[in-house]
Amino acid sequence: MPTDFTPTSALLGGMLIGLAATLLYAGIGRIAGISGILNNTVEQRAERGWRIAFLLGLAVAAGAWSWFAGPPARSGFPLGWLLSAGVLVGFGTRLGNGCTSGQGICGLARLSPRSLAAVLAFMGSGIGTVYLLRHAFGMAP
Amino acid sequence: MKRIAIALAAGALFGLGLAASGMTNPDKVLNFLDVAGRWDPSLALVMAGALLVSAPGFAWTRRRGHSACGDALPAQPAARIDARLLGGSALFGIGWGIAGYCPGPALANLAHGGEAIAFVIAMLAGSRLARLLQAR
Repeated sequence: MPTDFTPTSALLGGMLIGLAATLLYAGIGRIAGISGILNNTVEQRAERGWRIAFLLGLAVAAGAWSWFAGPPARSGFPLGWLLSAGVLVGFGTRLGNGCTSGQGICGLARLSPRSLAAVLAFMGSGIGTVYLLRHAFGMAP
Repeated sequence: MKRIAIALAAGALFGLGLAASGMTNPDKVLNFLDVAGRWDPSLALVMAGALLVSAPGFAWTRRRGHSACGDALPAQPAARIDARLLGGSALFGIGWGIAGYCPGPALANLAHGGEAIAFVIAMLAGSRLARLLQAR
């Protein structure tokens, strides 16, 4: 499904995300990396409180937004593809120590060369995957 | 209690930012990755907007040396770039390119059920698998 380039809402929404990451770092000295927060919530008893609060705030606020603005598009995405993708994202973010938020937004804000390498790796493989599925094989789900 | 309130507010801002920027729509993410097709550069501006705020915000916090609640700040990440980092990130990118979900937007869409719930369960399973392999 084609989507429009939406520069204003992208920039403003991005600034909200940056503000959120800064608030967590400046407020309680923690990194707003979603994959890490999720893993630690499941696996660690210590510091579970703030992690649950953060994840709850994220899910409820985004849910409330789409309650008014309408749900994000797409339905009928094949379950097999969805589950394979989920496993890869969970496996990869654990191995690579973070996702778009932790490596991308927080890591780059901390000028970490490791994070820059991670961002280039997942952007590169993401672009490659979409290219192969949509253009080379024409089998995008 | 104060820490919980800060985390709740940060999470809510994060969720609003994801929704407002359109990043909860997986098609928008896939079209960002589709540079050879119907490219939608929005995601690049989301990253730019976030860094515009977080880079000075993090630098300011580091100059203060501690958080508002008195926490020591996390140590700067090691500079080492190894196969695990690159391989893990590349695998993540493949999953991202298949479904258009990274962890944040998947959690943000949980209220819609269906797709996001299945994805998050698979993601937790994948993460658990990596943990088990690493422990060996």
